[in-house]
Amino acid sequence: MKKFWSILGLCLILIVLLAPVALAEEAAPAAPAINAGDTAFVIISAALVMLMTPGLAFFYGGMVRTKNVLSVIMQSFFIVALISVQWVLWGYTLSFGTDINGIIGGLNFLGLNGVGQTPMSDTSTIPHLVFMVFQGMFAVITPALITGAFAERMKFPAFVIFTLIWATIIYDPVAHWVWGGGWLATLGVLDFAGGTVVHILSGVSGLVVALVIGKRKGHGKEAMLPHHLPMTVLGASLLWFGWFGFNAGSALAANGLAASAFVTTNTAAAAACLSWVASEWLHHGKPTVLGAASGAVAGLVAITPAAGFVGPMSSVIIGLLAGVICYVAVGIIKAKLGYDDALDAFGVHGIGGTFGALATGLFASKEINPAGNNGLFFGNPDLLTTQFIGVVVSWAVAIVGTYIILKVLGMFMKLRADNDQEVSGLDITEHGERSYAQDFLAGSQMMAHSSLAQHSAVGTQVGLNLK
Amino acid sequence: MNKITKIEIITRPEKLEELKEAMNAIAVKGMTVTQVYGCGLQKGHTEIYRGKEVSINLVPKVKVEIVVCEVPVEKVLDTAKRVCRTGKIGDGKIFVYSLENAIRIRTGDEGDAAIIEPKS
Repeated sequence: MKKFWSILGLCLILIVLLAPVALAEEAAPAAPAINAGDTAFVIISAALVMLMTPGLAFFYGGMVRTKNVLSVIMQSFFIVALISVQWVLWGYTLSFGTDINGIIGGLNFLGLNGVGQTPMSDTSTIPHLVFMVFQGMFAVITPALITGAFAERMKFPAFVIFTLIWATIIYDPVAHWVWGGGWLATLGVLDFAGGTVVHILSGVSGLVVALVIGKRKGHGKEAMLPHHLPMTVLGASLLWFGWFGFNAGSALAANGLAASAFVTTNTAAAAACLSWVASEWLHHGKPTVLGAASGAVAGLVAITPAAGFVGPMSSVIIGLLAGVICYVAVGIIKAKLGYDDALDAFGVHGIGGTFGALATGLFASKEINPAGNNGLFFGNPDLLTTQFIGVVVSWAVAIVGTYIILKVLGMFMKLRADNDQEVSGLDITEHGERSYAQDFLAGSQMMAHSSLAQHSAVGTQVGLNLK
Repeated sequence: MNKITKIEIITRPEKLEELKEAMNAIAVKGMTVTQVYGCGLQKGHTEIYRGKEVSINLVPKVKVEIVVCEVPVEKVLDTAKRVCRTGKIGDGKIFVYSLENAIRIRTGDEGDAAIIEPKS
């Protein structure tokens, strides 16, 4: 017992003696400090953004016909894996490596070399790795959005190579221009969470792919109905949920700006949901569930570039307008022009993103974010011009870049599934699986029977092979 | 050999249970039921997907096939008409065919013997 007390006493003395030394050691390196709250918030935001891509898989998956569900879900899910690896190996350094003439990031972070547990700069309060993985989730969802445009007809190998090249030569440089200290950032283009980088690039590229590979077989003649709208609503809900990480997380800190972005995000999604449903209700007489899901996503897209620069009332207006504009683009203009943007990647993301980027030029306010700028309605017409330049540049890069990639790729491999594949569906012909044991009736009711017959034929072959 | 008649009733799916019971009551024990789609006077409906109207003019129905020999055809027809009639467009149609032959696969019985319930 006596021994115990003497050891305890000795410990106490040591603590008193050593404490100043220990504290001094902690204070000694003047390296940027990691903020626990910020780090926790951005890590969780990265996880939220990750969930958006599988959410998108469901959103898109529910809208296609029974025979193509897996092919569409696979495209989104596979991109999570493909771009996660691409980002770590070379994507991150192309976007966020040391700037080279405002055009592209240097190769100093190749393979995450030098991307560690300490913050990347004096102003950052989170580990560099956290910033990297958060940005990585954006790089993942962007090409996944494109898949909605070419759904139900693109060959899987072509899709994989296209995605890899597109991410590398379109997404990575433009992300650098806007967020990595490139020339658009220098010009003063505001894009809080990716209206231009994510949504314009993906939406416009989607339109180009849809035009280059052509319409689905039977487009405009056969009914191509969504096979499972509850799945689409589930996907939209996951997108809405994940978008809080996407937009609020883009504050890169657990602070008032993040709270502001959270509120504008939710408000715009809600307002656009209301206005899309109202538009369709007035136009066609029914408040549709697909309209509610689509409207919410349109609002989320439109508020993305503006989320951290505008106030709640502005977000109501942006949301209301986004719902109507995207509805008109998808429900009226697309039908008039006749292109087959199967799941409206362009109508929702291209148009919604463009509107959001311009709306940022109207509604941005330094009262919300001193690091931003004032828009037209806050006395600064210049920002609208700057935003317009950002939009034009993104459209141009997406159109030219995607067109060249497809044309070059088309010389080496088949981009488009052949006729028989399209008739039988890509699930069985590309992936050798089917989504449902029983065939639902989706699309043309008579078609369901022929696809059932096709499926049984494949089923028998499988059975024979197993023997 | 008695005359064998096939009666094909195409009608509203929601009438199936009632029809089955009514047939059972007049000693028609066997039938084949298929889910079918068809169009006729009934116009179907319109669905709306992202501002695009799609007209669905094939309406779901059930097709009930009954083959009789002992039970009088008129009795079957009267029962079917009574049960399936609502008076609105879409009640369906009944077709009557006379059959050349019928075979019970298990026993090889042919003609009326293949239709009449075996005495146990």
